[in-house]
Amino acid sequence: MTRAEEEVAIHEKKALGFWIYLMTDCVLFATLFATFAVLRNATAGGPGGPELFDLPFVLIETMILLTSSFTIGMALLASLRGLKKQTFVWLFVTFALGVVFLSMELYEFMVLIGEGHGPQQSAFLSAYFTLVATHGIHIAIGLLWMSIVIVRLWRHNFKKTDVNRLALLGLFWHFLDVIWIFIFSFVYLIGGMA
Amino acid sequence: MKKLQLDHHHSQVKYLSYFVGFILSIATTLLAYFFVVNELWPKEALVYIVMGIAVVQLVVQLVFFLHLGRGNRWKVITFAFAILIILIVVVGSLWIMQNLDYNMMTMSPEEMNQYMSENEGI
Repeated sequence: MTRAEEEVAIHEKKALGFWIYLMTDCVLFATLFATFAVLRNATAGGPGGPELFDLPFVLIETMILLTSSFTIGMALLASLRGLKKQTFVWLFVTFALGVVFLSMELYEFMVLIGEGHGPQQSAFLSAYFTLVATHGIHIAIGLLWMSIVIVRLWRHNFKKTDVNRLALLGLFWHFLDVIWIFIFSFVYLIGGMA
Repeated sequence: MKKLQLDHHHSQVKYLSYFVGFILSIATTLLAYFFVVNELWPKEALVYIVMGIAVVQLVVQLVFFLHLGRGNRWKVITFAFAILIILIVVVGSLWIMQNLDYNMMTMSPEEMNQYMSENEGI
């Protein structure tokens, strides 16, 4: 094996390892989804989904995350072709969209808690906050990782290992988008039906 | 030179895959949203329709964004195993809790408290 082939083989192994981590993360979210599904009507006399959720607001959040999933794909393709400027533009767009998404989610939480509908009000709200906030923490960690990747790409001038890191970050970001689609469908759309 | 063209062609396919995935994802999201907001069907049917659309979008994103099936075969195997575990956890939880609910439905909360203090030692 030549040195280059060896590096490809190592990256393949790392990519598979990261993929298996993503699958275990799926199981974590499955337990939270199951908890939410079981407790969806346990509102303890408090408000349920239809009274609490602002669907147009959540649709905008969904569109933002979906677009960021597309832009990180563009960043990865640009980096593989060696288009450095384009890579940074797409990465900054992705980062900005991620920050907007996270801010909107925090704003939503603050409004709910401010109105007295915090996680302590009912089992339904506890399950809701746990599920959505776990996704939010993943997004926050993804943003931290993305800033590290941006700095490394810039300082080490697109070293092969850093481009590989960007590929794994892309997988992570797409995965979070898939989880959000299920939160959007099951928690907000189905849970928000009167 | 020939190899270069091959690479170029490959990357064109990848760009196309992201564009198609993006447009299909947006379309399915908006479709589910408008079905729910305009209440086009009774609630029971709408729940299954929204679930169906979510699964369609899952497949779209797996194929066009995560490129499942291309590259390492172990990705597909671990994915299938994860789906199995997820189904056991979600369907199993709902099944057990619904059964419990059904069996205790005839009791009032006071009766249930009494039952638990007498028989379960709680």
